[in-house]
Formats: sequence, C-alpha cells, structure tokens
Amino acid sequence: MPYTIAEKILLAHTDKKVIHPGEFIEAKVDLALGNDITAPFAIEEFRKLGVRRVFDHKKIVLVPDHFAPAKDLKSANQCRILADFAKEQKIENYFEVGYMGIEHALLPEKGLVSPGDLVIGADSHTCTYGALGSFATGVGSTDLARAFIDGKCWFKVPQTFKFIYNGKLNKWVGGKDLILYTIGQIGVDGALEKVMEFRGPTINKLSMDDRFAMSNMAIEAGGVTGIIEPDEITFDFMKNVLKNKFTAHSKKLRILKGDPDAHYGKIYEYDVSKLEPLVACPHLPSNVKPASKLGNITLDQVVIGSCTNGRISDLRIAAKILKGRKIKPGLRLIVIPATQEVYLEAVKEGLAEIFVQAGGVFSTPTCGPCLGGHMGILAEGERCLATTNRNFIGRMGSPKSEVYLTGPAVAAASAVKGRIAHPETVL
Amino acid sequence: MIIKGKVHKFGNDINTDDIIAAKYLVSTDEKELGRHCMENIAGDFANIVNKGDIIVAGKNFGCGSSREHAPRALKGAGIAAVVARSFAGIFFRNAINVGLPFLQLDDVDKIKDGDLLEIDLTGGIIENLSTSQNYKAQPFPEFLEEIIRKGGLMNWIVKRKRK
Repeated sequence: MPYTIAEKILLAHTDKKVIHPGEFIEAKVDLALGNDITAPFAIEEFRKLGVRRVFDHKKIVLVPDHFAPAKDLKSANQCRILADFAKEQKIENYFEVGYMGIEHALLPEKGLVSPGDLVIGADSHTCTYGALGSFATGVGSTDLARAFIDGKCWFKVPQTFKFIYNGKLNKWVGGKDLILYTIGQIGVDGALEKVMEFRGPTINKLSMDDRFAMSNMAIEAGGVTGIIEPDEITFDFMKNVLKNKFTAHSKKLRILKGDPDAHYGKIYEYDVSKLEPLVACPHLPSNVKPASKLGNITLDQVVIGSCTNGRISDLRIAAKILKGRKIKPGLRLIVIPATQEVYLEAVKEGLAEIFVQAGGVFSTPTCGPCLGGHMGILAEGERCLATTNRNFIGRMGSPKSEVYLTGPAVAAASAVKGRIAHPETVL
Repeated sequence: MIIKGKVHKFGNDINTDDIIAAKYLVSTDEKELGRHCMENIAGDFANIVNKGDIIVAGKNFGCGSSREHAPRALKGAGIAAVVARSFAGIFFRNAINVGLPFLQLDDVDKIKDGDLLEIDLTGGIIENLSTSQNYKAQPFPEFLEEIIRKGGLMNWIVKRKRK
C-alpha cells in the first residue's frame, strides 16, 4: 500500500503491517515534551498511578518557557514541579533558565528531533518539527502522563492534505506569509484532523527558519502536523546541530519520502509569486489581508519573537529595517529571541544594540506575551502587532485589546511608522 | 448515563483561550479553573451555570492550544456535556482522556440557548425537552468508547495493565 511520509512515520512506530487513515493505533514515541503549564498536570497524573520510573529518561524533554523566568509565585511553583521531577527521574533534557529557549525553537536547535521521528508534546505548536520531516503533534497533559509511563500514545491515523507552492517569493515575504495565506484560504478548520504536507518549488528553496514558521501554524488550520519531506536544506541543518553525530543515521534519513502514488485527501496548489506581506486581523488567524491594504491601523505595541518567528533570521530581518531608525514615540517594541543561542548570536551580530538604539527592549527568551503571560500584556483598548501565532479575543491581555499577526519585516516597519505598514514605506 | 440540563449556546471556533484564559493556567485545580471558564467571551458565565448544564456550539469547538485545563475548566464550572458540530483535534483527545462527555451533532442549529436537553450518552440520543425534538449524535468509534467507559485514559491504562 502506498503511503505519504506522515503515514510511513506512524507505521514505522507501530507493530502493525499496514495502517489506514481513520484507524486508531497505538504508537511508540521517540520524544515526549512538556512545559511549565502542561507538565504539572502530567506529573500529577503520573504520580497518582504510583509508577516509580518514567519509561525512558532520555526521551522526555521538560522546558519551563511559558511563564518563565517565573512571573509570579504560582508560576514559580509550577516551574519548581518540573525541576524537581527532572531531578528525581534523571531527565537530562530539562532546560533551566540559563539554558532554555522557547521549546519549539530549542528542541531542533539542540538536535533533539530528527527526520522520521514521532514526537508528541503537550503544547499545540509541537507541529513545528514537521518542518524537519518528523511526525510531531500536540497532545494533552494526560497523553503526556501516559507517555511517561510506557512511551506510547494513541492516534487516529490522519489523512494527508497536500499543499503545493509555486513561484519565487517577493522581497519581505517569507514562511509566515505562506502559512497565513494558506490559513486565509482554507480557514481555521480547513485541515481539521489532517496532516498538512507542504511541498513544491517555493518550499524547496525555503530556509529552515521559514519552514519552521510555516509548520508551526499548521495547528491554526486545525492540522495535526505540518510536514515537509527532508531535503538537502534539512540535512544541512541537521549536520550543523548534530555535528559528527549526524553521519551515523544520515543514510536512513535520505530515503524518507512519501510514495509517488500515495493518497491525499485534498490537493491545493498556489501560485505565490505575487504574494505580498500579510497580516491576520482580529480575532482569527484566517482573517488575512495584505499589509499594504489595511489603511491607518495605529499601534500601541509590537512584539517580535515566539515559537513562530523568534529565530535568528527573523531578528536579522527586523534589525535590517530598524537599523539607524527610531520607533514611533509612544509605541512599545518588545523583541524576544527564542533561545539563549539566538540571544547570544543577536548580541554578537549587533542586532540587540540596533533594537535598543531604536527604542525597543530586548528580552530573555520566553513565550511571555504571546499567550498573555507576562513581558508585554495589553491594557483595555490597546492594539498590538505581533509575529506570534494567535490573535484570539484577549489572547495577549484584556478581552478589549486587539492582536494582529504578521512576519518580522512588517512588524519592524510598523514599529517605525506607529501603524501597520509595508516594509517598503520605511526603506 | 443520562444527562439533563439547560443549554448555553455558543458559536463557531470557540478556542481554548475563550474557555480558559492563559493567565489562569497557574493552577491544576478544576474548581478554581471553572470559576474563570468562558470569562473572555461570556463574562460571568461561571456564575450563571448550574451544575449539570450543557454547552451547545458550532464547528471547531476547542481550537487553539493543547491546554487540558480547557475540558477541566468546563468540568469544574459544572458543565455536564458539550455538544458541537465538530471538535478541534487536541480538545477532542483531551475530552476523551479526562472524561468530559461530548457529542458530535450536525443539527446544532435546531437547539436554542436556554433549551432543556436530556442526553442518553450510551446511545448518543439527545432529546430536546423544550421543543420535543430528538437528535442522534455521531457514535464514538469502539476504541474511544472503551476509554470513555473506563473513565478516561489513565483508568484505561491501569485496567489494561491489570489484565
């Protein structure tokens, strides 16, 4: 039976001979991830069962990133639960504040996810690692607790939708625009319970950082994961993060592809050569419009960061626009590198200085404002443009505030203008 | 199992930030989470809900984050079941895993806010006592039916291990 890459990965993690979309299976996971919001529930459930040891302390990752560094006493207690559990269970991949990062930028950077892996995370944006050609998906805390016990998870084998992108991208258009465009086309449940497989000439040329941004938001269309077949760009990334450990399993990775006659539930094909930088307006990620057509939308705050767009190439794009410029007086610009490594690189390259000189702040890595946690909560009536992934009512603070979503170029240009602006209006 | 309660009607794409805002995710206590259920979109919802009430909503209920706090907040608020046209994937598995009863029904438009429903969970039969209509929800696949019958994922694991 011919399979898509997603089906092949699932099959390889079961003891079955064949699988079919719609079927319920139990599969062995390569990695199980939790954070300071979701892991405390999982640990509580794990303890209730009286199991003494996790199934494999090398296959569990715990990252305090959402409300960390702890924003208040209650979140400090939640972070403490992770630290204590990691120590007790000898979990090596627990990342304390000085070593941490936003989980979905951190795990690939640490080489913890490889093409072909089956990864579950008690965080919806776990789908990000699909960019590496892994089957990675968000689950709940109880799923994570169960994986702690026997390393398994139940799945309904999802059907795959194929998305083909053609054309050379315009300047200032990137992975974020491609995924916003796609969600705008199919809606927030357009890929409900489906795997989104991204491919085509445009994807073949897309950098890893842009691919991560795309796969990251598959969940915003209801997708189980957003998968990209690994290619030379993937292998270069893996080589870079794994160094000499890479060659050992590189052969296996190179044959990881879907069958040519695999079945897809739907096939979408887009010409993206004329795509402009996009913005998702309140209160759904599917409410997408070109930045240039939005008129005078004034802003109180701009956030550049998150698991979608907090990587070094995102900061480089923002710095290119902000270099030698000042942000609009009265506006708050908050730049949050996704990991400590990104932070250090941004300092080395002089990007941090550009942001501060422009009148912005440069923060330690955290999910922080993206989910209305800390480091940039919105007051009643305030409006924010962010490179994050959700613009639901009250997402970043007051239910009477507004969040617009975009990529790093529009975010930086808009910080200068004080209103949503196309980068070319600044340069 | 029979559930009888008053309907609180919601629209499409009710997300997990609507169900429980992230600022309250510093607790694992269902009752505490329940006190802030639907706060961003329905203000004092937690105060007007009576134990045993039912939420009826449109498509894609529970979209957004993976927070299991969402089905737990609904339970904590006293919601006995959620009926929706469709459910987002992670909310769906969370509801199964934590034992929040939920039903998929195409005919949600026929149910109005304030209607009194009687739900027979075993057969997926929904009786609208206010309009004398009957609706049939989509049946659960056998695999999930068993997890639900065992009272959620962890109980299912325990009982399977004992075999």
